[in-house]
Amino acid sequence: MPAPGLCRRIIPCLDVADGRTVKGVQFTGLRDVGDPVELACRYQEQGADELMFLDITATHENRGTLVSMVEKVAERLMIPFSVGGGVRVLEDARRLLEAGADKVSINSAAVARPELIREIAEAYGSQCCVLAIDAKRKEIMADAKRKEITTDAKRKPNVDKPEWDVLTRGGRNATGMDALEWAKQAVALGAGEILLTSWDKDGTRSGFDLELTKAFATGLPVPVIASGGAKGPDSFVDVFQKAYADAALAASIFHDGEWTVDALKKELSTHGVTVRL
Amino acid sequence: MSSPAKKVDVVDYGGGNIGSILRCLDRLGFSYRLTKTPDGKTPLILPGVGAFGSIMGNLAKLELKDRLRDIVKSGTPYLGICIGLQVLFEGSEEAPAVEGLNILPGRVVKFKSSPDNHSAIKIPQIGWNWVQSASEKFKKDGWRNGYVYFVNSYYPAPENEASVLYRAAYGESFAAAVQHENVTAFQFHPEKSGAFGQSMIDKWHETLALH
Repeated sequence: MPAPGLCRRIIPCLDVADGRTVKGVQFTGLRDVGDPVELACRYQEQGADELMFLDITATHENRGTLVSMVEKVAERLMIPFSVGGGVRVLEDARRLLEAGADKVSINSAAVARPELIREIAEAYGSQCCVLAIDAKRKEIMADAKRKEITTDAKRKPNVDKPEWDVLTRGGRNATGMDALEWAKQAVALGAGEILLTSWDKDGTRSGFDLELTKAFATGLPVPVIASGGAKGPDSFVDVFQKAYADAALAASIFHDGEWTVDALKKELSTHGVTVRL
Repeated sequence: MSSPAKKVDVVDYGGGNIGSILRCLDRLGFSYRLTKTPDGKTPLILPGVGAFGSIMGNLAKLELKDRLRDIVKSGTPYLGICIGLQVLFEGSEEAPAVEGLNILPGRVVKFKSSPDNHSAIKIPQIGWNWVQSASEKFKKDGWRNGYVYFVNSYYPAPENEASVLYRAAYGESFAAAVQHENVTAFQFHPEKSGAFGQSMIDKWHETLALH
């Protein structure tokens, strides 16, 4: 009998452009990996806990979001899914939710106008308002310089405590905002979940950013979905057990067929991670 | 056991995500009426997500508050999902001044977060949790254990322990589903809980023949 308690979630992410699923390395150099509805059903059968669709062209080209794709997905899926990309105003969120999305994910538009979070949360509830944050670590100083400054009591907090910048517009714009402070503000406005992507790790397959994830997962009262850098099962075990992520999102390792969701979850289970099998 | 015609009224009270239950009913081959004026004879589903206070406000505005209570008291089968479970009780910590439908004794309470360790209990609870039938009676009735999808900050604390159909654990043990006479209600989302969750709606409908 499985141990009672909430499972850690595994969320395959389908980056969508022009009705096809793609996955970029740091959001450029796209490779076509298939039809989103087909892929979604495949992941559902494999035991995905949830799915995330990101329309990665929406922000760039000012396109509407893929409402008809969402309708098709909703007909077939028996598990929850979120849709993001190009959600700029409440009306965008409404169309996606009415088409069958369970949650919408917002990013740049919320940075530009944080009230959007409150509007979505008030209209549809916090549970369907996911705030996506693309976080990039602030410049790390060379070791020698670091030691030197560490001895300076005034500068010490900035050196010892890592900080992350919020990036917007697909990573092209550095806002200068502190990512954790932004997340706290978003939660106060009604964000029900944080989708946290490490810009430093995204597309690198070198493991999740544990320091970043832990800072958010332990610093926020809402669930945190770790994203960026997914590798093998060890990277997931680490992000759950060392960084306390509530969920982990990945794309390439699933799209490439390197790991099926169920094989990954079986591995996680043998390492003591509570997952739905 | 002969299966009754798969026909239900789905109450359209302005809550969120009614579409997902309708698509689920489509997949299961139900015929349904989405309505603000349930006929009172057809088995009734109250689905959806929302805040307790605003949902009760909507029900009052639609003159459904007394109507629903009357329908349930007349013995018509009722299936509540998520907020459709919570409104059955006397009230909720989410909106302490607002009265619920007062069909089941007890109140709806909030999960306790652990402020020193946010990583332990996040609110809302979002994700898959294990539900276990709470008594021999429900086990015998064929309610299987399994993983289902929750999105909730609040959960019911029924006074009548015998009405607890499923229990789950999130920091503490809580009632994940209740069944009392013609009323069945799930705190989780069967329509979003894969094949297992979807089968629970069929299961509910099959048991109606027994009442």
